[in-house]
Amino acid sequence: MSGTFVGMPAFPKAAHEAVNNATLRGNLRHATHTIRAKRAKAVGEISDWAELREAGKRIKDHTLRHLDRYLTQLEESVTAAGGVVHWAADAEEANRIVTALVKMTGESEVVKVKSMATQEIGLNEALEAAGIHAYETDLAELIVQLGKDRPSHILVPAIHRNRGEIRDIFVREMGEWGRPAPEGLTDTPAELAEAARLHLREKFLRAKVGISGANFMVAETGTLVVVESEGNGRMCLTLPETLISVVGIEKIVPSWRDLEVFLQTLPRSSTAERMNPYTSMWTGTTDGDGPQTFHLVLLDNGRTDTLADEVGRQALRCIRCSACLNVCPVYERAGGHAYGSVYPGPIGAILSPQLRGTASEIDASLPFASSLCGACYEVCPVAIDIPEVLVHLRERIAQGGRATRDGNTVVLKPAKGHAAERAAMRAARWAFSHPGALGAGQRLASRTRRFHPRTLPGPGRAWSATRELPTVPAESFREWWQRTRGGKDATK
Amino acid sequence: MRVALFLTCVNDTLYPDTGRAVVKLLTRLGVDVDFPMGQTCCGQAHYNTGYRHEAEPLARHFSDVFGEYEAIVTPSGSCGAMVRELYPRMGERARAEGRGDTLARTLAPVVPKTYELTEFLVDVLGVTDVGAYYPHTVTYHPTCHGLRSLGLGDRPRRLLQAVRGLELRELPGADECCGFGGTFAVKNPDVSAAMGADKVRNAESTGAEVLCAADNSCLMHIGGTMGRLRTEMRPVHIAEILASTEAGADAATEAGAESRANASTDAGAEEEPSA
Amino acid sequence: MNSRDLILGRVRRALADVPRDDTPPVPEQPGRDLQYEQAVDRSYLREHGARSVAETVDLLAENLADYRAIVHRSTEEELPYVIMRLLAERGPQYVLVPPGLPPEWMSAADPTRVHDRAVSTPRELDKVTSVVTGCAVAIAETGTIVLDGGPDQGRRRITLIPDHHICVVRVPDQVVASVPQALERLDPARPLTWISGPSATSDIELDRVEGVHGPRTLEVVLVSGE
Repeated sequence: MSGTFVGMPAFPKAAHEAVNNATLRGNLRHATHTIRAKRAKAVGEISDWAELREAGKRIKDHTLRHLDRYLTQLEESVTAAGGVVHWAADAEEANRIVTALVKMTGESEVVKVKSMATQEIGLNEALEAAGIHAYETDLAELIVQLGKDRPSHILVPAIHRNRGEIRDIFVREMGEWGRPAPEGLTDTPAELAEAARLHLREKFLRAKVGISGANFMVAETGTLVVVESEGNGRMCLTLPETLISVVGIEKIVPSWRDLEVFLQTLPRSSTAERMNPYTSMWTGTTDGDGPQTFHLVLLDNGRTDTLADEVGRQALRCIRCSACLNVCPVYERAGGHAYGSVYPGPIGAILSPQLRGTASEIDASLPFASSLCGACYEVCPVAIDIPEVLVHLRERIAQGGRATRDGNTVVLKPAKGHAAERAAMRAARWAFSHPGALGAGQRLASRTRRFHPRTLPGPGRAWSATRELPTVPAESFREWWQRTRGGKDATK
Repeated sequence: MRVALFLTCVNDTLYPDTGRAVVKLLTRLGVDVDFPMGQTCCGQAHYNTGYRHEAEPLARHFSDVFGEYEAIVTPSGSCGAMVRELYPRMGERARAEGRGDTLARTLAPVVPKTYELTEFLVDVLGVTDVGAYYPHTVTYHPTCHGLRSLGLGDRPRRLLQAVRGLELRELPGADECCGFGGTFAVKNPDVSAAMGADKVRNAESTGAEVLCAADNSCLMHIGGTMGRLRTEMRPVHIAEILASTEAGADAATEAGAESRANASTDAGAEEEPSA
Repeated sequence: MNSRDLILGRVRRALADVPRDDTPPVPEQPGRDLQYEQAVDRSYLREHGARSVAETVDLLAENLADYRAIVHRSTEEELPYVIMRLLAERGPQYVLVPPGLPPEWMSAADPTRVHDRAVSTPRELDKVTSVVTGCAVAIAETGTIVLDGGPDQGRRRITLIPDHHICVVRVPDQVVASVPQALERLDPARPLTWISGPSATSDIELDRVEGVHGPRTLEVVLVSGE
């Protein structure tokens, strides 16, 4: 994925900073709690939510099971409608294809609709290296780009910024990139939105090349769908002469009709609306309307490796709504940057280590960045059992095993950092397989309880730095049961 | 009905009062409870930390120990969920790994007859008023695995509402995780502690004397946080509240609570231990 | 090996554990794919709640207004005057009209009319204040109007660049209750724009603010046949 995240520290270390940043905690708490309540209301409005969720899950599962067939069908229908289809096995190849396509137009700037796939492959950096300026046009992406920041949320990449911080970034940076922020800009959201409107307008009006992702691709018809709110998507998709869409291969749905499920579940799950303000659907090119040249770049970049994992492949059902981020208590406190990926939160914790592999420190720590509370699974509109995949990936890291990397089967060794834990788990398993040993241990603990410290040294400090240790009782339950025959011999 | 108490390793070792409360409660309701001495641990910590293969022998052991009983009752939402939700999954995984049906077949019998305590009371015994008396203000924290894996719903609340003398106070943000999460508590201590502190603040805002839950592991974390934050509240397992009666219930529950918050009383629930 | 074959090969290897589904397509009905039809349980609703035609139109009005579209109702006879009034309220101006807009809609209004031509650049369109169009279908449950580039709607850019969009919906003919019903009526081969209220953003503290790049004022006229 994007080079921006290389060398990230493990999650607990990155989260340590975030937890102690009061402004960030406040911003995240405010934003996630606002959207949580609204989502619950939007979902509660329709009585067949469970059926829609199940249908969404099945459509996506069916598509994944027949992905080769639907990919070739999509290629045919897009081509028949006047589009050109390209295939990119990894980020580098996708960047190379897009850069060459832009160069062919002779342009040196492009406007972009917010797209997770292009963030994932680090397209902006690749274009910049080739002398092409990419302008992000989604408000939150603009805030991130102007602030030389990193995205921290799938839907609202600048969720970690409050209105005051956004105002300061606009005032400081807009002039460097184009039209400066209006004089006397305040921090009211309406004024900030207006500032973005004015700043980006000139870019939209002169743009010759647009770059987008897509929320859905319909194999049957070759239709691409972009769901958005601000109108920046419509601008990028309709005003330029050339449109290049970079889309992950898992974004396919088989038929036109399938959209009836996702156009109901996605807006309610993401922005908690009955329907988002704008949805654009296009099939190839249309004479006299919109871009006359359309390129679709189909992106693998770790998706087929993910598909090869029987448990982990369900992550490919994701429609990037970000409901799981908004309900996640860990995300709320650690913030998106701690996940070291463009995909933060619970979905990121299962997607990044599958797309990128588990070799790096950050990727090996992500599956453990969850209390397994299950709130993410509960709200997921395509029923991805995120806790199940987290535990599955923990196993891959702690115990090693088979995985697929770049299309090849590899056997992973257990992670080094887990050796002591592995030994402890084995010892505990031994003790628990021998009830006598457990009883003896309990008796030993009871006898020595007077000497137990209130705080622990070494790894135990992780508990006792913020929490009291439980007191070991004078007698375990099994001792009491044996002594009193379950209370029957009790004196009172 | 032959009912086995699956107390869990944590309760057996650290919270014997909860176990005694379950025995007292079920006995009062006419249930003949047995505590199979061979029981140890369901393997949840192993499984959830990524050591599924270490958890398998423990699951088989669980099945050996409990297989003969008609019902298995546990005062832990998360250990109950381990058996009900994750044992079948372990069987499936073994099958997918080409190891045949043996594990799935071994574990299958215990899955449907394992009940979390409040489920057993409401669904199997069909009672919500268990004849308890507990003259305190209480707020209830639904623990995640009870809430989302087992779907306990309003069973615990219905049981608490029927307790005489008890005033139930609404917990803001009740369904948010307390931050325990097993090994998460030590692997991600900062986030875990922040979640715990928020949970305690929410609980304190109710003004209740007691924070009640159906899982002692979560209460160990919340209670440990309360102890460090020096709050006045006490964490109490729901079994101890439901077991309380007019006849000297308070001593029992307070002792249980204090061992969680690390006070140093030795008072047992029913009697002084002779050891 | 080219990347197409590489990726398709990886997909097939990745699915090695998945039993190949051998449900046959229906021979007499080409295009019917039983595998797909059986894979998806579509027990969700075609529409939410039973409403009369009038109630469905009321719901559309209510949901449009909920997302800050301004809703007007009129008869066909009144329509030209409603449009005249709405345009006049915004002062002297340029109004864009698609090539196939029924001429009588604009018969009472007297603004400077601008016709969209293929050579019109975005910058030229930016000088226009308002646009008047029809629509393809409107969805009551979500408060959505859908444009499909039909003659009374024009190409996509004309409803995007002007800051004021007046959209005429013929009720009840063009109104459906739900998203599934709307998709049935639409042709995927046409470029489609679904519009639910004026442009908005939730990017500042996840709270909705209206008015970003698309038209900041959306007025919907529900015109009935009688």
